[in-house]
Amino acid sequence: MQRYSGFGLVKHAFGHHENWERQWRNPEPKKQYDVIIVGGGGHGLATAYYLAKEFGVRNVAVIEKGWLGGGNTARNTTIVRSNYLWDEAGRLYNHSLDLWKGLSQDLNYNVMFSQRGVLNLGHTLQDMRDIQRRVNANRLNGIDSEVVTPQQVKEIEPEIDISNRARYPIMGASWQKSAGVARHDAVAWGFARGADSHGVDLLQNTEVTGFKIRDGKVLGVHTNRGDIEAHTVGCVAAGNSGVLAKMAGIKLPLESHPLQALVSEPLKPILNTVTMSNHVHGYVSQSDKGDLVIGAGIDGYLGYGQRGSYPTIEHTLQAIVEMFPMFSRVRMNRQWGGIVDTCPDACPILSKTDVKGLYFNCGWGTGGFKATPGSGHVFAASLAKGEMHPIAAPFSIDRFHTGALIDEHGAAGVAH
Amino acid sequence: MFYILCPYCKEHREEEEFHPRGQAHLMRPEDPDNTTDEEWGDYLFFRDNPRGIHHEMWVHSVGCRKFFNITRNTVTYEILETYPMGEQPTITADDPSVRHEQGAQVADGGWQTVGARPENTALNEETSS
Ligand SMILES: Cc1cc2nc3c(=O)[nH]c(=O)nc-3n(C[C@H](O)[C@H](O)[C@H](O)COP(=O)(O)OP(=O)(O)OC[C@H]3O[C@@H](n4cnc5c(N)ncnc54)[C@H](O)[C@@H]3O)c2cc1C
Ligand SMILES: [Zn+2]
Repeated sequence: MQRYSGFGLVKHAFGHHENWERQWRNPEPKKQYDVIIVGGGGHGLATAYYLAKEFGVRNVAVIEKGWLGGGNTARNTTIVRSNYLWDEAGRLYNHSLDLWKGLSQDLNYNVMFSQRGVLNLGHTLQDMRDIQRRVNANRLNGIDSEVVTPQQVKEIEPEIDISNRARYPIMGASWQKSAGVARHDAVAWGFARGADSHGVDLLQNTEVTGFKIRDGKVLGVHTNRGDIEAHTVGCVAAGNSGVLAKMAGIKLPLESHPLQALVSEPLKPILNTVTMSNHVHGYVSQSDKGDLVIGAGIDGYLGYGQRGSYPTIEHTLQAIVEMFPMFSRVRMNRQWGGIVDTCPDACPILSKTDVKGLYFNCGWGTGGFKATPGSGHVFAASLAKGEMHPIAAPFSIDRFHTGALIDEHGAAGVAH
Repeated sequence: MFYILCPYCKEHREEEEFHPRGQAHLMRPEDPDNTTDEEWGDYLFFRDNPRGIHHEMWVHSVGCRKFFNITRNTVTYEILETYPMGEQPTITADDPSVRHEQGAQVADGGWQTVGARPENTALNEETSS
């Protein structure tokens, strides 16, 4: 692998940047691998990277039906935070946040992780009680989090409207200073390049169309490029997880919904942080290019079409103008949707299944980008050992029959 | 934007008047006291989530406020029929006329790639159980 550095940049300037090495190979599928990862999004690529780098499993393929990171990884609004309510979720997301801090160095790839902080606004007494409860729970778990007043909100984000003229005046917020945003494409590409350099085969334009299962054990997958064998298969397919599970005869408690986002024309720097509100239902940050990055909740119906309805966009923009009236005349540039795999308790599934050797990592719904490194790390550990990693163990599919749900609707409804 | 025919109002109205309420035809276990955790969990949390034909419940929330069902394609978003509560769909995923269009997609225009074909049993021949 060609390492990137400031010196390299200068050196390649002399060659008019025409001689950069390709970031990863485009290999032919082998007949057999130790581990197959289905889904080349951030989570799948991170899993492959950590498998090869930390757990010594190098005979690995990532099978992706489209292009790397073309699913939700490239469609999300890149918010990274860890202020979840319950201990299990707090541990998982905070493990990820710890990895984010050193990720650019580890991958030798600038993922542009920017810890610019996240505000979760409260507009009612109940909002404020929930915020206080969550902040206290966070602090007990060593997650940085504090309750701030409307005046402090205004100091952090000067253009926000904290007046009483608003329909739902801001009564306060929770503030996670170590949270922020990262560049989604770079995350997928950085993990892909890292995995490839450790020998992982990245098989693009290869679609898994079925599983080879005998005597309750997985033996491999069928693809449009032929059969590929492996005794360990990890499915990391976000919105299409249910479709894959059905091929293996497994049921998952997931519903696939459209989730939309939009960006504005580029503006001069105007926002310092990420501001989200469950109550008025929307969130906004500003990318380094200058566009406002805007999103909100899912479209309520099932959808695999990677697009949603206009009323959802309209409500989202109403919320943004409610918080930042000065944005009312900003023009929007682009709008799109992803297919998010929502889980009944708003927490992911990292689990073994009834088929031996077949694992699922899914159900991240509207909020899995932030978990990309942590999810990949604990899932890789689980696949390598054949036992779920302690941080992943509470997220088993069993919880929907035992009742041990991890209800994060408060921390993960509108906020991603 | 959906344009939905309410089977009670007998009028096409815009999506904003309605609210989706999830999978249709779910049966609450008849004898809750003698239901296993497995059955309760399935009833509460596990849904079909198909790529293709889906029967779902909607409510005409700012119209007649009645519940009814829709048969819709979750890939093309095409609404195939609406019918009142208590009735059965006339179009299902097993219907040969709708089958071939399931998962039919093009690579541009925001879609991913050709859809998986879970209904293709030949591919899963080796699947025991
Ligand atoms: C609009 C939007 C905004 C979001 N905002 C945020 C946010 O601010 N913060 C946050 O933390 N999260 C956010 N999310 C959620 C986040 O994007 C996802 O949880 C996360 O990216 C999931 O990553 P993944 O790698 O699991 O899935 P994906 O990136 O979707 O990857 C799954 C891959 O599997 C492939 N695949 C599927 N079926 C098959 C098959 N049969 N064979 C081969 N390959 C297959 C797909 O092509 C896809 O590339 C948002 C999502 C959306 C849509
Ligand atoms: Zn009606």
